[in-house]
Amino acid sequence: MTANGKVKRAKLAVWKFASCDGCQLSVLDCEDELLALADRVEIAKFVEASRREIKGPYDISLVEGSITTAHDAARIRQVRAASQCLITIGACATSGGIQALRNFKDVNQFMAIVYASPEYISALATSTAIADHVRVDFELRGCPINKHQLLEVIAAFLNGRKPHTPAHSVCVECKARATVCVMVARGVPCLGPITHAGCGAICPAYGRGCYGCFGPSESPNTASLSQAWIKVGASRPEVARVLSTFNANAEKFRKTAVEYEDHKG
Amino acid sequence: MKTIKVDNLARVEGEGALRIRFKRDQVRDVELRIFEPPRFFEAFLRGRSYAETPDITARICGICPVAYQMSACQAMEDALGVQVDAGLRELRRLIYWGEWIESHVLHMFLLHAPDFLGFPGALEMAKEHSDKVKLGLRLKKAGNAIIRTVGGREVHPVNVRVGGFYRLPTRAELAALVPELIAGRDGASQALEWMAQFPFPEFARDYEFVALRHPSEYPVLGDRLVSNKGLDIEIREYDRNFAERQVPYSNALHSFVKGRGPYVCGPLARFNLNFENLSPLAKQAAISARIPVPCNNPFMSILVRAVEVIHAFDESIRIIEAYQPPARPFVEVTPRESIGFGCTEAPRGFLYHRYRLSESGIIEDAKIVPPTSQNQKSIEQDLFELAPRMMELSHESATLMAEQAIRNYDPCISCATHFLRLTIEREH
Repeated sequence: MTANGKVKRAKLAVWKFASCDGCQLSVLDCEDELLALADRVEIAKFVEASRREIKGPYDISLVEGSITTAHDAARIRQVRAASQCLITIGACATSGGIQALRNFKDVNQFMAIVYASPEYISALATSTAIADHVRVDFELRGCPINKHQLLEVIAAFLNGRKPHTPAHSVCVECKARATVCVMVARGVPCLGPITHAGCGAICPAYGRGCYGCFGPSESPNTASLSQAWIKVGASRPEVARVLSTFNANAEKFRKTAVEYEDHKG
Repeated sequence: MKTIKVDNLARVEGEGALRIRFKRDQVRDVELRIFEPPRFFEAFLRGRSYAETPDITARICGICPVAYQMSACQAMEDALGVQVDAGLRELRRLIYWGEWIESHVLHMFLLHAPDFLGFPGALEMAKEHSDKVKLGLRLKKAGNAIIRTVGGREVHPVNVRVGGFYRLPTRAELAALVPELIAGRDGASQALEWMAQFPFPEFARDYEFVALRHPSEYPVLGDRLVSNKGLDIEIREYDRNFAERQVPYSNALHSFVKGRGPYVCGPLARFNLNFENLSPLAKQAAISARIPVPCNNPFMSILVRAVEVIHAFDESIRIIEAYQPPARPFVEVTPRESIGFGCTEAPRGFLYHRYRLSESGIIEDAKIVPPTSQNQKSIEQDLFELAPRMMELSHESATLMAEQAIRNYDPCISCATHFLRLTIEREH
């Protein structure tokens, strides 16, 4: 309560690091809830949506994107210092994103492919998750995040409870929506058994296998599923590639990906 | 020397900075800096399969992922020598119209309109114009509903593949969208009438406009690249006619028409070059709103976006009403050693992709030219022209004018690589 008797609204800030903007766009994609959200919390900093900027500290910071420059590595420390609660949104912030593919290659060679004068560009050799740099209070998965999960996480933090975002696999979501297993019934290779739930099992419902954009589930058996992929006809390079996309830097995918890359057969 | 700084140019998709330096009453230089950290897509695409490009390149931009998916598919199908069936092409246009609606409405209502009405952002604008902000959110939701139904989700849809789709929507699924699309079409017309009352600065330049052209359609999946200065080429001739240059102060490359210079792509270019192919309703709305044809005032691009939104709603309704699920969801492709070219109209302008594939369909080389890097030089030149007017204004007003001039192009800095910070230096 403030002196005049009004309930003080929580201050929310949205921050961007290396990313595609899709996860922060999910905030604006809450078309039915956006105005109610803006009543409930004070959107104190959201550069993509407003010129207005209210100084910190902030009660909740939503952080999108990964750390890829020395400047950003310093900036995330300032964000942490200004935030009561720091929530990462999406695969880039949570595992380094697709730009983490550079972590396994020579970044200078990458720069030379894209830019004629790489000396003008400043970039770190790696793309890393926010949690590799500062303490993170909650990580919301997805490439992109699911906007309903985002609202759940914000509501949970406003009410001081734990967010309900199960860490089981996509398989559970397929069962819940009664989608016939694409891998068992049609032999379509699917990452569902080892992928973190949250999307609502969209890909199998559209007739394709899950491609792992929410990253590894709680306790994935990546090695066993990779063998199952080979059994339904996937090649070893295909297995290595599908584990090396939007969550390439996630340890539980990376280990098997490297194994399948090294023993091409 | 007097330096004026503003730390964030807001309401653009991404991160960049602007510096204008004056010497007495002369403008010395204008630099639009994009320091969104590079993500090296063209580099890590090497070694990936042709089949992964719709999913991977979508991640370049969360605002216009469908555009990346469409240009990637078109390039791969060109490389592999297949053409998708007419019904599949119509479904592609449908999901693309959904993205035009979602992206244009986001820009018109939430990012650009606040400039004309003097608000820092749409949430602040909502306190006085709540009906308008609610209208914008409703239109945006209707566009997103198309993407979600055809593509599976709004951001980074999952249903697009080289050759077509994984699953075809049913007639009933699409028909369920129609009531909101009809309401959206009416709402977009109201929006145009409202926005036509905005105060538009007098401003015009002699631009070279470049857009796709199709014999009978307003271009989204077009055939040829044309301009008002005589360019008329096949997509595969792009590299012979355009060049990209790196500048020391930006992480995005600048594009030029070889032998001529900067150009403009996006809504104004499409409108000026393809006005005749707008749907009758959209054309009539443009005439009623008194938008000049051609329109050389980038501040009026917000009106042209509204016209394009009307067209997108109109066309979406037409496509859905005529929809019969095609015989197959996708055309099979066989990898081969090849080069393929793709070019489609993203909301902000044309998006060019070129890939070289190995015998087994592995990418050996990739080139992607997004619309914002193409427009960068023209944005700088607009600012150069406007700078003397800015000299007359207070710092706050000058900053607003500069920001508004940049937002005319709805720059997507994530695409062009991304944070705008304005610095005006006055040297006396």
